Amino acid sequence: MQDRMSPAQESTLEQIAADAVEQALAGGASGAECTISEGEEFSVGVRMREIENLKEAGSRGAGIRVLIGEPGAQRGGSSYTSDLSPEGIQKMVKAALELAKITSVDPFTGLPEPAELGKLEGDLRLYDEAIEDMTTEWKIDQALRAEKAALDFDPRIQLSEGASFDSHVGRRVFANSLGFTGSYQTSSCSLSVVPVARQDGAMERDYWHTAARSAAGLESPESVGRIAAERALRRLNARKVATQKVPVIFEPRTARQFLGDIFDAVNGSSIYRHASFLAGKLGDKIACDALTVVDDATIPGLFGTTPFDDEGAPSRRTVVIERGVLKSYLLNSYSARKLNLKTTGNASRGITGNAGIGPGNFFIEAGALSPEQIIAGVPNGLYVTELIGGGGNTVTGDYSSGAAGLWIENGKLTYPVSEITIAGNMRQMLQQIDQVGSDLEFRGAVAAPTLLIREMTISGQ
Amino acid sequence: MSFNQSFFAARFGITEHDLESYLSEALSAGGDYADLYFEYLATSSIGVDEEIVKSATEGVTMGVGVRVLAGERTGYAYSDDLSPGKIRKAARVAALIAKGPASVVKSGFEQSQQHNLYPMLHAPNEMGLAERVDLVKRADLAARAYDPRVFQVQATYADSLRNVLVATSDGRLSFDRQPMARMSVMVLARQGEGSPQHGYSGGGGRVTLDFFLNQKTPEHFAREAARQAMVQLDAGDAPAGEMPVVLGPGWPGILLHEAVGHGLEADFNRKGTSAFSGRIGQEVASPLCTVIDDGTIGSRRGSLNVDDEGMPTQKNILIENGVLRGYLQDKLSSRLMKTASSGSGRRESYQHIPMPRMTNTYMLAGDSDPADIVRSVSKGLYCATFSGGQVDITSGNFVFSATESYLIEDGKITRPVRGASLIGNGPEALKYVSMVGHDLKLDEGIGTCGKEGQSVPVGVGIPTVKIDRMTVGGTAA
Repeated sequence: MQDRMSPAQESTLEQIAADAVEQALAGGASGAECTISEGEEFSVGVRMREIENLKEAGSRGAGIRVLIGEPGAQRGGSSYTSDLSPEGIQKMVKAALELAKITSVDPFTGLPEPAELGKLEGDLRLYDEAIEDMTTEWKIDQALRAEKAALDFDPRIQLSEGASFDSHVGRRVFANSLGFTGSYQTSSCSLSVVPVARQDGAMERDYWHTAARSAAGLESPESVGRIAAERALRRLNARKVATQKVPVIFEPRTARQFLGDIFDAVNGSSIYRHASFLAGKLGDKIACDALTVVDDATIPGLFGTTPFDDEGAPSRRTVVIERGVLKSYLLNSYSARKLNLKTTGNASRGITGNAGIGPGNFFIEAGALSPEQIIAGVPNGLYVTELIGGGGNTVTGDYSSGAAGLWIENGKLTYPVSEITIAGNMRQMLQQIDQVGSDLEFRGAVAAPTLLIREMTISGQ
Repeated sequence: MSFNQSFFAARFGITEHDLESYLSEALSAGGDYADLYFEYLATSSIGVDEEIVKSATEGVTMGVGVRVLAGERTGYAYSDDLSPGKIRKAARVAALIAKGPASVVKSGFEQSQQHNLYPMLHAPNEMGLAERVDLVKRADLAARAYDPRVFQVQATYADSLRNVLVATSDGRLSFDRQPMARMSVMVLARQGEGSPQHGYSGGGGRVTLDFFLNQKTPEHFAREAARQAMVQLDAGDAPAGEMPVVLGPGWPGILLHEAVGHGLEADFNRKGTSAFSGRIGQEVASPLCTVIDDGTIGSRRGSLNVDDEGMPTQKNILIENGVLRGYLQDKLSSRLMKTASSGSGRRESYQHIPMPRMTNTYMLAGDSDPADIVRSVSKGLYCATFSGGQVDITSGNFVFSATESYLIEDGKITRPVRGASLIGNGPEALKYVSMVGHDLKLDEGIGTCGKEGQSVPVGVGIPTVKIDRMTVGGTAA
């Protein structure tokens, strides 16, 4: 692992990417961009206090996008390979050049403007070398301890789908024909456990999960196991409630999923196609005052942070919704040109193809009230702890999802409910976010605190 | 075909002796079993968007996965480099799961029996780029011609050819060449200043480009996508609450995939975490229901000549006249449960550990006339198309999301309604099946199933069925 990630390797990969771009230009391209991704993964799974599986391996891939024709009237082609040998790269470049001949001239395609390229300097804490110090034995022990904490928590937990500890180190390299070359290394590790609670013939499972750039940022295995156990237990003996309209509280884990649907609606690709209910709403009051949504890929250490996006534009902070007013879409250079706007540095792709649009750290700013205070304000409603299937329709805003959670009576969480759906329209849901909790935590690139939505339709019996 | 003519032997010079030596390395620290999965995957896709060809991509990935089983334990490693040194290194890493004296690899390989479910007229790369461009352009034109209210069309054609080789320490050798092609069309339509509506259609299977010239044309998918968008322009709010639900034939078979299929995968049942655990021989559906998982249907998206553990695929009966008959088994679970593999071991790629998965899951036809089924409902919902679904296999609760559905009022299909999620409980939902149509239909070939982070192509099918009670998640309470 160590020798793969040495500085020598880094310059080699940057060299391979730059060479591929050169080859494309020599082959007649007017522009080119090359991405190389390399990663090593380790994973251990334990179940019922025994090791169940162990996996360790690495892989790499390169992708290129070439443009032919004069800027403003270019056409593009893409290809990728897992063979980074000179022959492999040569074949890849040739394939992309061939494909560029069959695509259409698109006045909006191209690389970003030279002035739009750049990268954040300074340590973004994306890679923690402590990741290399974790031994296999230590990782196995973390998983065993997390599962033990769950199994020992309550006699109703005798079964588990297991616990796993995963770690990953990777490198991402990008070069384009405007002279941009950049690369960065990342590390991550995570611990999760899935206990199963049983009572009177019924079974429920739930999970808890912690992730960080290295071991120091993880929650303790005992805490992960205990929280997972508590979550599984509180689902036992769930009821199906009557069909009705009530206030709905999303806990952070489910609020984050709802925010993912909002991301799709501010994605520039959906906007220029008129495939979003938020198209044409820039500057409009689309949500309640309590809601401020930010995309920020510059916060050190977080999972959505990068020095530059996947077409070489520097990462930045973009306020998307400010106190309910739609301030900005999230854009790459293509959607920006289509909309006559500027890229927001949200280009995202695997290793090949036209860039799509992805989040940096996309989050709802924390509010003032604790989750307990928000729950205390609801006389009768639903506290959603799990969403299953369904979700939002970006085009129309219609929202319908399976759900499970706890019923709120007189400001208190009472019995569990399941086998119900929640439905509404995201237009109204955004206007009806009456409370935003103070409990914002970044467990992934998309993060949200507790949210209270004034009214949704619960479908049950 | 002999091994020496097979893809990996011919292209990479891999010999049977090499395979034996890699397997010996994998079992050098003991273990019950080891296997190698070589994969070479070539993909290509082309897309038209806003009336122009905006994207064209192709690529190649290759690698080998090495697995060692020791009791309930699995050791796994892979390499994207097929040189002997790298494969040996992966074998040694996978071997770390076992601790003991070396196990013996059976000497000499026997070629696995296998089907011939997808003979190829042409290899995907023999059809030129011009034909591909033509397919997506035809789809774009046909969708726009369907109705002037169509204002956005995205059409994609994608195909791939996967060469695989599986070699096992118990002396089994199998190789396969697996084509896959798919066309999809997405349409947006708008009436006046109203909200745009979305329509989607797609299909394909283990076929090559000729299929879209001769059998299911781009126009077929384009018109279907446009038709769905038109239906949505007139749709009202979906109802909320429990009601009778009639599922149309074909893709609504996703019900079976979510409600019972996942819950019958052997890994969950071996571990006792499925709502169906320990229920073989019990009634889990109405006697009208017989549910099959069949990996042997010619050219279907979920079909395989051999599964990803080198076992021939089978037609497996999951539920027979309402009674639970069997689980979907891979090698690990079947060995631990002391039964046979059902040819259901699948994986996304050489980077992934195989596990029990579905192939093509469907319900056998019944006796009812579909028109009689609708006539029997005084107030309910008719669902023609779904987008997807999800299941919690432990509680058994599952959701599937309707994208085209209609109210049934006094035995007649009346107004279209907006998309809504339907929720039920796996071991209970099929007990409410009260009528099964004679019109079994398999889906068009668009399904992709996700499990523990691994995606594999699958098929589903169902005749028109009536479910007396199901919760519909609309907004019109």
